[in-house]
Amino acid sequence: MSELKEVRFSAESEALIQNLIKRYPEGKHKSALIPALHIAQAEFEGWLSVPVMDKVAEILNIKPIEVYEVASFYSMFNLNPVGKCLIEVCRTSSCWLRGANDVVAHIEKRLGIKDGETTPDGKFTLKTVECLGSCGTAPMLQIGEHFHENLTLEKVDELINKYKTETKHSTYLDGTTFRKN
Amino acid sequence: MARKILLEHIDVPGINTYDVYRSKGGYASVEKALKTMKPEEVVEEVKKSGLRGRGGAGFPTGMKWSFLAKPEGVPRYLVCNADESEPGTFKDRYLMEHIPHLLVEGMITSSYALGANSSYIYIRGEYFYLVRILEKAIAEAYANGWLGKNILGTDYSLDLYVHPGAGAYICGEETALLESLEGKRGNPRIKPPFPAIAGLYGCPTVVNNVETIAAVGPIVNMTGDEYAKVGIGRSTGTKLISASGHIKKPGVYEIEMGITVEDFIYSDEYCGGILNDKKLKAVVAGGSSVPVLPADLILTTANGEKRLMSYESLADGGFATGTMLGSGGFIVMDESTSIVQNLHTFARFYHHESCGQCSPCREGTGWMEKIIHKILDGHGTLEDIDLLWDIQRKIEGNTICPLGDAAAWPVASAIRHFRAEFEDFVKNPSAQREVKYYFHCNNIDTAAAYSSL
Ligand SMILES: Cc1cc2nc3c(=O)[nH]c(=O)nc-3n(C[C@H](O)[C@H](O)[C@H](O)COP(=O)(O)O)c2cc1C
Ligand code: SF4
Ligand code: FES
Repeated sequence: MSELKEVRFSAESEALIQNLIKRYPEGKHKSALIPALHIAQAEFEGWLSVPVMDKVAEILNIKPIEVYEVASFYSMFNLNPVGKCLIEVCRTSSCWLRGANDVVAHIEKRLGIKDGETTPDGKFTLKTVECLGSCGTAPMLQIGEHFHENLTLEKVDELINKYKTETKHSTYLDGTTFRKN
Repeated sequence: MARKILLEHIDVPGINTYDVYRSKGGYASVEKALKTMKPEEVVEEVKKSGLRGRGGAGFPTGMKWSFLAKPEGVPRYLVCNADESEPGTFKDRYLMEHIPHLLVEGMITSSYALGANSSYIYIRGEYFYLVRILEKAIAEAYANGWLGKNILGTDYSLDLYVHPGAGAYICGEETALLESLEGKRGNPRIKPPFPAIAGLYGCPTVVNNVETIAAVGPIVNMTGDEYAKVGIGRSTGTKLISASGHIKKPGVYEIEMGITVEDFIYSDEYCGGILNDKKLKAVVAGGSSVPVLPADLILTTANGEKRLMSYESLADGGFATGTMLGSGGFIVMDESTSIVQNLHTFARFYHHESCGQCSPCREGTGWMEKIIHKILDGHGTLEDIDLLWDIQRKIEGNTICPLGDAAAWPVASAIRHFRAEFEDFVKNPSAQREVKYYFHCNNIDTAAAYSSL
């Protein structure tokens, strides 16, 4: 268990969540839960700890259990710490037909980890995932918001080299993704 | 060149921006509908067009719209299904990335027709970069008076929002999508009531696929009758096909319905033939859920007629010898492909994506994955093939939502058409495993790549 300390969102993230709540009819603020969890995950090192989820419940004025049951349902929410760079490799049919298993094997070998594991230095986590809607440019992988397509093993190497020195967590969104309504 | 409706201007530089899109006649359907048509007249045009839902089921859109309940004082919603998670399908992504205003325009015209004043685009979470693109397009539409209060000076007002999911194929099923949009787990609802009566927040709701909604603008502009002249029979208009697998030119193609499958696979205008000029082995024509067909049955029907890219022709022969157009996710496999191995990726997918509400689906998908895995591992028996057949039959038709059927059909069709391959795997697994399946990695010599490490 991580140490329970008070969780504080940045002012920007809080404002963003409050802004998103306004997109739903009065009394339907729970609809903002999934977007809010994405924002939380982007802010708190790529995963959702219990204190972070509790804070989201507090902001949305819903019960913590309502947050846990959603966070545990969706595959993009990580309930355990992940590396700075989360590599998600698609291995469903179209990607498999064009070499996804080679891509996975190559990354495992390069990083010395298996599917689902994190490198000891906390830099990389490898996760195999199901079809990401990139089947025509297979094989592919996703890092944060970015799709890397038509992969070759050389391209995979370049990506690993690039992200080795990255100090920020890869995130699906940032403060500029959503329009301010 | 073939007839294009949705992607007519796709090659125009900057068509993803508002100014260029507008200069090519963009938003004309909003103007026409709001200023010259009653909402019912827009619904009527869509009915006349014969447009059928492009999300997979092919249900007539105009009819679906006319089922929408209209109780006094209760809001109605239009929700766009941009969850696009059916393996092999990436057309909605293409459309939203390259011509986002076509969807925004379609949302406005359709919302007007349905009397919705708040509409949502529910998009799969993995497409966050598209959230950014759509948000920009929506902001431009607001800035130019196509969204917001009293659009074009009429008394019609509309707000349009993008809502991301978080990784769950089941949220493409429309009632699971609505649950998810309400901030819950994506468990499909028991129907009836259908969303047209009780959908989002219990209010009357229409859920339509991205491509369906994108077609509404052009239909209003050209009239439903003209749209219905494109295509063949009850498969009117054009369809976006996502082509992937062992072909020379994977990508998204807008086809006029009714071209032959052969033409689609082999002509240079579309897939350009099989990668490395190998032989065609099998095709999954409409996304992972539809039955796989061997080369002879995908190219010609059991009656010996050329198979066409249309709802009816692809379904000709039922599941015995036919398949479905589905979402248009067209996955091509060459002669070197192991059907059993490919099936394993599907079985794993459905097991992973079952929401777990009903036991035939939750347990059955797990068993199917395990048994196929056992066969691949070289421990399979001939009885296992019969057991697989038995399990898929017990899932089909016995579940709350169609994911159960979607998991059963790929297994059933693989055994129906390729049983010998399962038997070979059982009888001589090592021979099967010696075959190199993965050498297609964009024609890289993987052995050489490994040895250089
Ligand atoms: C398991 C499952 C997944 C589905 N996924 C999608 C999807 O990703 N996109 C989509 O538009 N429809 C999907 N559908 C179909 C929807 O339930 C619904 O029929 C469709 O959105 C209606 O829109 P349309 O009439 O415009 O096709 C799915 C259905 C099932 C059962
Ligand atoms: S069929 Fe599967 S996915 Fe659909 S409701 Fe039942 S368990 Fe959930
Ligand atoms: S199968 Fe990999 S992106 Fe679709």
